[in-house]
Amino acid sequence: MMGQNKEGGSRPVIASNRVEAIVASVLLLIGAVVVYNSVQLGARWTSDGPGSGYFPFYIGLMLCLSGAVTLYQALFGKLKNTQAFVDREQLKRVMAVLIPAGFYVLAIQFLGVYLASTLYIALFMRVLGRYSWINSIVAAVAVNAVFFLMFEVWFKVPLYKGIYEPLSFLGY
Amino acid sequence: MEEIGALFHGFAVVLTPMNMLLMMVGIVLGVLIGVLPGLGGANGVAILLPLTFTMSPTSAIIMLSCIYWGALFGGAITSILFNIPGEPWSVATTFDGYPMAQQGRAGEALAAAFTSSFVGALVAVVMITFLAPLVAKFALEFGPPEFFAVYLLTFCSFIGMGKGSPFKILASMALGFALAAVGMDTVTGQLRLTFGWSELMRGFDFLIAVIGLFGIGEILLSMEEGLAFSGKTARISPKVVLETWKKLPQYWLTYIRSSLIGIWMGITPGGATPASFMGYGIAKKMSRDGAKFGTGQLEGVIAPETAAHAAGTSALLPMLALGIPGSPTAAVLLGGLLIWGLQPGPLLFVEQKDFVWGLIASMYLGNLAGLIVVLTTVPLFAAILRIPFSIIAPIIIVICAIGAYTVHNAMLDIWFMLLFGVVGYLFKKLDYPLAPMVLALVLGDKAEDAFRQSMLLSQGEVSIMWSNPLVGTITSLALILLLWPLISKALKIIRPGREGRVFTG
Repeated sequence: MMGQNKEGGSRPVIASNRVEAIVASVLLLIGAVVVYNSVQLGARWTSDGPGSGYFPFYIGLMLCLSGAVTLYQALFGKLKNTQAFVDREQLKRVMAVLIPAGFYVLAIQFLGVYLASTLYIALFMRVLGRYSWINSIVAAVAVNAVFFLMFEVWFKVPLYKGIYEPLSFLGY
Repeated sequence: MEEIGALFHGFAVVLTPMNMLLMMVGIVLGVLIGVLPGLGGANGVAILLPLTFTMSPTSAIIMLSCIYWGALFGGAITSILFNIPGEPWSVATTFDGYPMAQQGRAGEALAAAFTSSFVGALVAVVMITFLAPLVAKFALEFGPPEFFAVYLLTFCSFIGMGKGSPFKILASMALGFALAAVGMDTVTGQLRLTFGWSELMRGFDFLIAVIGLFGIGEILLSMEEGLAFSGKTARISPKVVLETWKKLPQYWLTYIRSSLIGIWMGITPGGATPASFMGYGIAKKMSRDGAKFGTGQLEGVIAPETAAHAAGTSALLPMLALGIPGSPTAAVLLGGLLIWGLQPGPLLFVEQKDFVWGLIASMYLGNLAGLIVVLTTVPLFAAILRIPFSIIAPIIIVICAIGAYTVHNAMLDIWFMLLFGVVGYLFKKLDYPLAPMVLALVLGDKAEDAFRQSMLLSQGEVSIMWSNPLVGTITSLALILLLWPLISKALKIIRPGREGRVFTG
């Protein structure tokens, strides 16, 4: 599903109908997997009624059908949309959020929610918002302090502390 | 009038200080969610759902439904002041709302929008009060085939009534069903579509999907446009409100039309967004000043807001009475019911009277409270919108991540949320509707159970779907709706003189 990430040389990165075709192919593929898996599980009538794959089998077929039609329309349809899906500027802006968000989730895994969120907000403000370091850090720490109080102290919903539990000294 | 008695009992349930406090908290949070980009009714409620696990179901639903009302109100603020719809259902409000703000009539537009929202909701709640018990009573007779027929009707109407490619609607729906099938099959205990990955045994929780699709997806879309907010200031004085209220009664016909459209679109799973467009489109067609729509007509604000709020409220009727939500947000509330240990559906009206009537009573009070809150606090919320996007965006992503984590305390869910965010972004850009996917994900297991039980009853004969007049009618209606695009085309060929009515403005 990340097929459109590859940078094209020219300004419009990729035509809409290409992305359309990629997404439709993925749907078609998922449909095929669902059908295959359903058949394996038993898409027919078993000794004690409909098998586990009975219902998903048809769902898979529907996915295949809609994927196939959309794929055909995207590639050969009369109304196919060959305008740009995103231009480079837009793609850059989207990736500027998406990629750091990926690192952020990775950071949660190791550092826990609070520390990772503090770093993420501070870096986002500093790099994308061009705020000063002091403002960024103060805002990030303040926001996470509020979250900490809200979840750990008031509502007693413990959040993920990460593999290394860097905040264990707080006693939560 | 049994319902009136039950309703007053409901008011007695709601009117405790704790519940009133939760109501106000819910409204304020809801307006905040409605105002912020990337947070909406559906994912806002989904994120806050885990905070209610320890509350009593009645208190929890009061708070969550009030968040929903608040979000419905809040969407109008950004539409009118910033020309940025905070919610999809307030897109139509920007058409005339923003021009009014440009002319310095922001206060008037906001007062009209809020009041219209309130009127639309009120009409819908009155309808729910009297209709929901009847529908529930009727549905008590339902067996598995009838329930499956109703599910079929729900999903067929998406395809038949939806705009855009029917195949994309089908794809979105089937993907939802496929994701719902992942995990342990409750009947046979077999693992489906997990490919030996034990973490997938739990399956995909729709709350994660909602948070990712609507939250992260929306942020990515907003980012692409490189948002720079530039809004009009607004101050609502009591004088402006009173003057606006004086003007509103002359639009009574618009109110009636939009309320009816909203109620219809809310009960059928059309939802608030198409309802608002339809309300706007029809008002434009029928109004004497139709040609001036888009230049700042008061009626152009009234029509979509009334319809959207009526639809958003009516969407709770099928959720309460049948256990079938009429909108993604209603689906999230339904998920909440399940988590609190309540079985949505017709029996709710028999077994959980306090809960049902408490909820209905809170709809009256919540909307009234909502109207008062938004009329008095607009400048505050408008100020929040002046916080730059580069501060708001990471905070919203953090909130989404925390929300996704708290659903099952599972780290993997945060990754899924991010993946759903990318899917949401792509689907939005390619015009795949998201609502069918969310509803299919919620209803997948129940629809499958109903289907299996029906097939067991009939030993695999599909004819059971026409085995009695009731189920036969619903099934036939579903198929007609499914094929409606084809049927309407055929009708046009037969009667070429008459053009099909176009609803959108």
